[in-house]
Amino acid sequence: MGDTQCTSSASCSGTETVSELGPSSAAEQPLPPSIIGTLDTPAGPVPQVSTTLSAADIFGMFRVRWGIRRMNYTVRPGLYAVGLPDRQSEILVTANYRMTFDLLRSALDGLDVWVLVLDTKGINVWCAAGKGTFGTDELVARIKDSRLASVTDRSRIILPQLGAPGVAAHRVKELSGFRVVYGPIEARDIAGFLAGNLRASPAMRVKSFPIRERAALIPMELVPSLKYAVLIGAALALLSGLFGRGTFTSDALHAGFTAAISLSLAVVAGAVLVPLLLPWLPGRAFSLKGFWTGTAAAAVLLALSSASGTTLTNLETASWVLLIPALSSFLGLNFTGSSTFTSLAGVRREMRIAVPLQAGALILGLAIWILALIFSRGGSL
Amino acid sequence: MTRLVYLGNVSSLQLSEDRCSGCGMCTVVCPHTVMVLVDGRTVISDLDACMECGACARNCPEDAITVESGVGCAQAVINTALGRSSVTCCTITGESEEDTDGTPPVGSGSGCC
Repeated sequence: MGDTQCTSSASCSGTETVSELGPSSAAEQPLPPSIIGTLDTPAGPVPQVSTTLSAADIFGMFRVRWGIRRMNYTVRPGLYAVGLPDRQSEILVTANYRMTFDLLRSALDGLDVWVLVLDTKGINVWCAAGKGTFGTDELVARIKDSRLASVTDRSRIILPQLGAPGVAAHRVKELSGFRVVYGPIEARDIAGFLAGNLRASPAMRVKSFPIRERAALIPMELVPSLKYAVLIGAALALLSGLFGRGTFTSDALHAGFTAAISLSLAVVAGAVLVPLLLPWLPGRAFSLKGFWTGTAAAAVLLALSSASGTTLTNLETASWVLLIPALSSFLGLNFTGSSTFTSLAGVRREMRIAVPLQAGALILGLAIWILALIFSRGGSL
Repeated sequence: MTRLVYLGNVSSLQLSEDRCSGCGMCTVVCPHTVMVLVDGRTVISDLDACMECGACARNCPEDAITVESGVGCAQAVINTALGRSSVTCCTITGESEEDTDGTPPVGSGSGCC
């Protein structure tokens, strides 16, 4: 709930090697700092958590949204209490990604409920369900491990709807005796769901992808792309400095500056404008959406270079006019992983067409850039 | 808001009407209202909205639904093509064997984080 998208691009690229395996055992993971008391139950002491987010919680959300130490932002799996739940209180199940846990408890103000946290290795509900860690086996094991049956007279547990890809409700019933009820997608709808006799309105069951959610994902697109952009820009500056016709410094500065402007345009087009303008960009393929924003960005480069009367040669300009849309298109394609409605079959089909075109434009653009460098040695073009 | 729809005519979702009991569980778990109940029978009404998450197939007590579930993530496709292991997350792990009791094995489907 909340941070439901598989905000993939950074975590998938293998930059966070150790922590990607997740914390090793449940007991080693930290208790949430939001604990305000303890309830004595037949299953032992159960930590009671606050429904208020502290400044540290909000800063933590901000931090992980930017991809900083995102992969081990966990809480210890097990049973928690919100308010003063009793044997009739409902039981909500969630993941042990701390942002998920925090968003859930902050939506439970004024309620008395049990919260059972599964060990999803610090991954949010939807992605963990896709992986199977928010799954039938873990749920059944956690129900037994937490001795849930001893603290409740209820035989039903409420799962977030987006946990369904990992959990077979009928199997949970067979294996644990507890009946799974799928609640709303968003944590903010739970109070209404509970008040409405566990009925979800159609809107509560549909995963939308509003602009505020898309905007929240931009940092996770931006940070990894900027890392690559800096590397590419530095490489181009170095090549220019070494092989250009002027002094090392002047050539490196010229190429570095041009690359910085052009790559920034490409990154903004692919990693910022595609998420923001997603519903309005023509075409269904994300690579195509990225191509449109990239083409606009290339036009901006042309306008900038003519307005400022820069020393860009025609070949240099041509190379960037090819490179910017290619890069933006690739970044747009990458946003499929963060979106909430793309299918694997669709992504595969899109990639079969888009990736060769992107690679072709990239190679051609780089070839022209190298030509520009060679010709710059023989005079202006 | 404009409804977001991805590429059409690609979803691997299939419903076996012979097996379907019309319990409606798939219509509850689907996040894109792909299936609806019509006169007690389940009908795929919006195949192009399907994102192949696999929630319906996993929760169908009659095994009436099949879908090659996975994550619609380009990076996952790339990672898989490059042979990166699923432990480092974001891979396609759909090529899975069935468990002996016929339930889909844990870890099948998407592998994104």
